[in-house]
Amino acid sequence: MTITPITIAFFIMAAFTLGGSLGVVTNRNLFHAALYLVLALFGVAGLFVLLEAPFLAAVQVLVYVGAIAVLITITIMVTRRIMGVTESVNRQWPLAAGVSAIMAITLGFVVLDRFAGKLPVAAVPGDNIVRLGEALVNYDAYLVPFEVASVLLLAAMIGAIVVARE
Amino acid sequence: MGDIFTTIYNFLSGLLVGWGASPIVADAIIAFLAAAVLATCVLLILIFNIWLERKVLGRIQDRIGPNRVGPYGIFQTVADLLKLLTKEIIIPSGADLVPFFLAPIIMVASVILVWAVIPFTAKTIGTDVNIGVLYLAAVGSLGIMAVLLAGWSSNNKYALLGAFRAVAMLVSYEVPMILMLMMPVLITGSMRMGEIAAAQPIWYAFSMPLAAVIFLIAMTAEVGRSPFDLLEAESEIVAGYQTEYSGFAFAMFYAAEWAHAFTMAALIATLFLGGWRGPGAEQYPTLGFIYFIIKTYAVYFLSIWSRGTLPRIRIDQVMSFCWKFLIPLSLILIVLTTLADKIAQTVLMERFPDYMSTASLVDMLPRASILLAVNLVVGALAVWWIALLGRRERQRQEVAISHLAPVEVGTATK
Amino acid sequence: MGEWTFIALLFIISLILPAVPIIAGRLLGPRKPNPLKNSTYECGVETVGDTWVQFKVQYYIFALVFLIFDIEVVFLYPWAVAYHQLPLFGVVAGIVFIVTLAEALIYAWRKGALEWV
Repeated sequence: MTITPITIAFFIMAAFTLGGSLGVVTNRNLFHAALYLVLALFGVAGLFVLLEAPFLAAVQVLVYVGAIAVLITITIMVTRRIMGVTESVNRQWPLAAGVSAIMAITLGFVVLDRFAGKLPVAAVPGDNIVRLGEALVNYDAYLVPFEVASVLLLAAMIGAIVVARE
Repeated sequence: MGDIFTTIYNFLSGLLVGWGASPIVADAIIAFLAAAVLATCVLLILIFNIWLERKVLGRIQDRIGPNRVGPYGIFQTVADLLKLLTKEIIIPSGADLVPFFLAPIIMVASVILVWAVIPFTAKTIGTDVNIGVLYLAAVGSLGIMAVLLAGWSSNNKYALLGAFRAVAMLVSYEVPMILMLMMPVLITGSMRMGEIAAAQPIWYAFSMPLAAVIFLIAMTAEVGRSPFDLLEAESEIVAGYQTEYSGFAFAMFYAAEWAHAFTMAALIATLFLGGWRGPGAEQYPTLGFIYFIIKTYAVYFLSIWSRGTLPRIRIDQVMSFCWKFLIPLSLILIVLTTLADKIAQTVLMERFPDYMSTASLVDMLPRASILLAVNLVVGALAVWWIALLGRRERQRQEVAISHLAPVEVGTATK
Repeated sequence: MGEWTFIALLFIISLILPAVPIIAGRLLGPRKPNPLKNSTYECGVETVGDTWVQFKVQYYIFALVFLIFDIEVVFLYPWAVAYHQLPLFGVVAGIVFIVTLAEALIYAWRKGALEWV
């Protein structure tokens, strides 16, 4: 394996992602955990840039850092007494560990099965954002998922308002 | 070619390669230098901007403004900086140290990063990434994170309240901002800032005045300037999320705020006023840089003017103005613009084969007139709607105070 | 990739640039902490209770509505970039998407979720 600037950048970003994720699960201060989550999400955005998918990187920062992380912080604030929790495990931890392990094995299997030993493919020719935009509203491509996504967002909004007003 | 930036680049590149550096290393060194110079300039120009703003504000309020340090008080900002450097940076008890100091740093970084994608001349731009406009929005969300960090880590109720109020306002106004950022993208067909500026022989502010106005309002709120300066409404929440900051930690927040206002002006100049475009700017790119600076300062002056004249509005008014007026208006504008423009494109394609071209002013005229028509119609609707809302609010208030005894006019001051 | 090198460099510099004066301010400025000076500033009144009080749920609702619109815009940007090449059908498909989200806004509005009370 040759060391190029891109591999170095990859390892830095991977370190951010993994370190951030570890921080999320080990921290007992919820706000600090949210900050570590932001760090991890930034690392993922950096990985997207390295994969020549800057659109996904921008979406990652815009949606996850700009909206989800803010939402999580606000959720911490509107939830009563959640700051006082100091226990980082509860009685359901074996169940959670089991589910996480199954997820990790499944994802690892998919990655190894599909991508092990394969070299990265060449970049998509042309402006891939234009191609994405055309595919989203093309009847033969992703038109139906695109419109379903808008209905899904509508449902999410209705659900959120109903739950929040309880 | 007459472009000073290209000349400097060629000079440095030749120099470094002459010293034995490979072209890639030379490019990397130049990129580093350019980034350092750009970031420093963004902060250094504040020394002038803050003085200018205080002077203009003073004139608006019938004062002289700073006039002691140096001719016309021009070194006032330098003196303030030196003073702040000698002040203690107080760490409040119970503060969360790392986020406490990270907040002002991230705040400044979020503003400087915007300048990476702003085209200065026809050829000079930090980096013309293909997601330029989304990059702007993404970088803007860093600033929101900084506000949260500051509010949370200060261990102060006012700071926390101010931060949450700021976040509620900033995220709300991000929606009309991003929606209106989409208008130049739609018309240009690209998210590259360089292409958006180049595609404006007719400025987008002329073909889409309503979009420009909504964007200006949303950006003013993002910057937190009057009339949206309730993030630091001193009569309600002291200084908002900055309450516990002092010395140079405070100075960084202060600098970020001013730099943000200037950056907003530069963004509007680029996206809606043609950036570097102007007579002769394509032949002499350096001239384009001068046009860009003039336009930026024109928008900046507008923002100082609004700051000097408009009163602060309440948080509930801020929120309902955004969600019940600006966002529906933006959605209507986008839907009607795309629909009208696409239909016109299909219908007029035979008569005007250059309908989509942005090459020259004459080519752009048919399309610009259709965009202008849509904007004027929606704009008229907006004016009628806001007048209706205002009338309703006045009636509501009159009903609310109608049970009070009428006051005899002219008797009380006798 | 080269274009992102510049942004990475600018990011690092823009973090260092404000950090240096703050550190310099810590070193050069006076440092005489005392309990009174370091206490929470609440206009001279002694602070009561915990800082992290419970906030009202309105903040949460606005953040949620914002999140939904944020995701909507993200979907719309590729459509906006491809707009020039799209047929009328494609544009109408995008408009249907916007109208569905407008419905969400109207729902939130009618349910009073957009009131800041």
